[in-house]
Amino acid sequence: MTALQEKPKAVAPQGSPPRRRRGPRATALAGTDKLVLGLMLGIPTFVHVLFVWIPTLGSVALSFSRWNGIGGFEDIEWIGVGNYVEIFTEYPRFWPAVQHNLIWLVFLLIVPTCAGLLLAVLLDREIKGSRIYQSALYMPMVLSLALVGFIWQLIYTPDGGLLNSVLGLTDNPVDWIGDSDINLYAVLVAAAWRHTGYIMLLYLAGLKSVDPALKEAAALDGASATQTFFRVTFPVMKPVNIVVLVVTVIEALRAFDIVYVINKGRNGLELLSVLVTDNIIGEASRIGRGSAVAVILLTISLGFIITYLYQVFSKENRT
Amino acid sequence: MTATLERPSVPVVKKRVVTPARVALHTFLILTCLMTLAPLLWAVYASLRTYEDTSVNGYFSVAKSLTFDNFAKAWEIGELPHFYWNTFLITIPALVITLLLSSMIAFGVSRFSFKFNLLLLMLFTAGNLLPQQVIVTPLWRLYRLIEVPEWISASGSLIDSPLGVVLIHIAFQSGFCTFVLSNYMKTIPYELTEAARVDGASVFRQYWQLTLPLCRPVLAALATLEFTWIYNDFLWALVLIQDGDKMPVTSALQNLKGTFFTDNNLIAAGSLLVALPTLVVFFVLQRQFVGGLTLGSTKG
Repeated sequence: MTALQEKPKAVAPQGSPPRRRRGPRATALAGTDKLVLGLMLGIPTFVHVLFVWIPTLGSVALSFSRWNGIGGFEDIEWIGVGNYVEIFTEYPRFWPAVQHNLIWLVFLLIVPTCAGLLLAVLLDREIKGSRIYQSALYMPMVLSLALVGFIWQLIYTPDGGLLNSVLGLTDNPVDWIGDSDINLYAVLVAAAWRHTGYIMLLYLAGLKSVDPALKEAAALDGASATQTFFRVTFPVMKPVNIVVLVVTVIEALRAFDIVYVINKGRNGLELLSVLVTDNIIGEASRIGRGSAVAVILLTISLGFIITYLYQVFSKENRT
Repeated sequence: MTATLERPSVPVVKKRVVTPARVALHTFLILTCLMTLAPLLWAVYASLRTYEDTSVNGYFSVAKSLTFDNFAKAWEIGELPHFYWNTFLITIPALVITLLLSSMIAFGVSRFSFKFNLLLLMLFTAGNLLPQQVIVTPLWRLYRLIEVPEWISASGSLIDSPLGVVLIHIAFQSGFCTFVLSNYMKTIPYELTEAARVDGASVFRQYWQLTLPLCRPVLAALATLEFTWIYNDFLWALVLIQDGDKMPVTSALQNLKGTFFTDNNLIAAGSLLVALPTLVVFFVLQRQFVGGLTLGSTKG
C-alpha cells in the first residue's frame, strides 16, 4: 500500500485561498469587441428573460384576472384578488394539494436526506468496491420521474405486483396506487428512491471538502466518532446542508411527472403543480385561477431561492 | 472548487483487517444496493416473460421461458424509432445551444467587470430554480402568439413545434450551466486572457480559442447532465406539444400506456427501452455525470 507513505500534498496552500492579485478588470474595449461582448451577453439574457422571467411576471399579472386563455387579450377581465379568495375558500382541490405538497416535502426532507447522509458517511472511507456501490446507488438518478412512475407501477399493481407478492397479500391484495389513503406514500417511496442518490452525491462531495485536520483534532481531544460527526463534521457542512434543503424543497414543489403518469394527479395524488397544468391541458381552462396557484408556488420557492443565492453568492461579495 | 474534487486521499493509517464491523458494513451496503436495483431488475425480469406465462403463474414466479419478444413488440407497437427521433430533434440542438449561450454569459461575467455582473449571474441561477409550473401557463399562451413560418412548424406558432420545446430548454437550462461554467472560468488565471489581449486577440478569440478549450472537462460534464435532463423532460413537451405524434419519447410513454392496456410485460419492456439511452450515458460517462452535479452544488 503505497498510499501509506504518501503525505497529503500541499498542506500549506489548502487553507489560504489561491492568491489573486488582479480581479477581472474593467478595460477599455475596442468598438467591435464591445459589440461582440454585448451580443454574447445580450442574446442569452434576452432568451432567458423572454422565456423564463417574462412568463413568471405574466403568471403574477394573470393571477388577478379571469380569462379562458383562448380568446384575445381584450377578453381578459381583471378581478383583483378574486382568484386567491376563491382558491383559499372554495376551490376543493387546493387544500388537499397543499397538504400533499407538504407531506411530500417533509417526507423528502427526512427519508432521502437521512438515507443519503448515512450512505455518504459509510462510503466516505476506504472500502473495497466503493465505486460499485456508488454506481448502483446513483443509477435511479438518471431515470426520469415519469419512467420511475412506470417502473414502480409494476411493483405496486394489486394483481401480481412485487410488493403484494413479497408481503404475502396475494389473496387480499392492497391497491397501493388506487387507495387514496396510501397512494401518496407509495408514490413518495418511489420518488425517494430516485432522490436518495442525489443527496448522497451532495453529501459525499461535502464530506470530502471537510478538512481532515478538524476531525483529527476532535479525535485527539477524545471525541468519539459519533461526537466528531455531529459536533464537528455536520456543522462544518452547513453550505451542503443548505444546498440539500433548497434542492429538496424545489424538488417537492416541482413534483409532477410521477403523479401525472400514475393517475393524472387525482384521487389522493393532487399536487399544486397539477392544479396549474390542469388549466392548460385539462378540461377546464381557467387561466386566472391556475396562475394564482402558480404565484403561490412562486412565493414559497422564492424564499428558498433567495436563501440559496445568499449562500452561494455572499462569498463573492466579500472578495 | 476543483480542489474539493481532486484532493489526494487521506492516508490510511489502519491496516485493512476483516473485522465484524466491516462485514456488517459490506452486508448493509450490498443489501441497500440490491434494494436500489430491485425495481429495475424486476422490470427487466417482467419484460423478458410472456404475457401468457405471467397471466397464468403471476409475476412472482419462476419464468417458464425468457424471450426478447416484448422488446420487439414495444419497439413496433409503440413506434419507438419515431419517438426517439422526435427526442433527438429536441435534445441535441437544445444541448448544443444551451452550452454555447451559457458559456458566452459565463465568459462575460467571469472575465470582465460590469456593475451588473453579479446581478446577471443571480438572475440566471434563480431562473433555473423556479418550479416550471410558475412559467408554464403564460409560456403556453406566449407560444401561441409567436408566429413562425410553416416550414418550421405546421401549426404556424411555437406550439406543437420542436423549436418551441428547444427554446424553453435553452432558456431554462442555461441558468444551471451559466452558474457552473462561470464558477469554473473564475479558476482560470486572468493572466491568460490578459496576455492574449495584449497580443491583440479579440474578445471573441479569447472566448472561442482560449477559454472554451480550457473548459473542456466541465463542458463534458454539463453535456452529460443536460443530455439526461433534456431527454427526461416530461412537462414541457406535455404542455407545449399537443399533437401526440410529435411528442418526445419520455412524454410519449403516456401514449404507450394506452396502447398496451394491461400488458405489464410490454410496459416494462417499453420503459426499459426508453430508459436505455440515459442508462448507457450513465454507465459510459458516470464520472462526468457525477462531476457535473458536484460542480453545480459546491463551490470553493
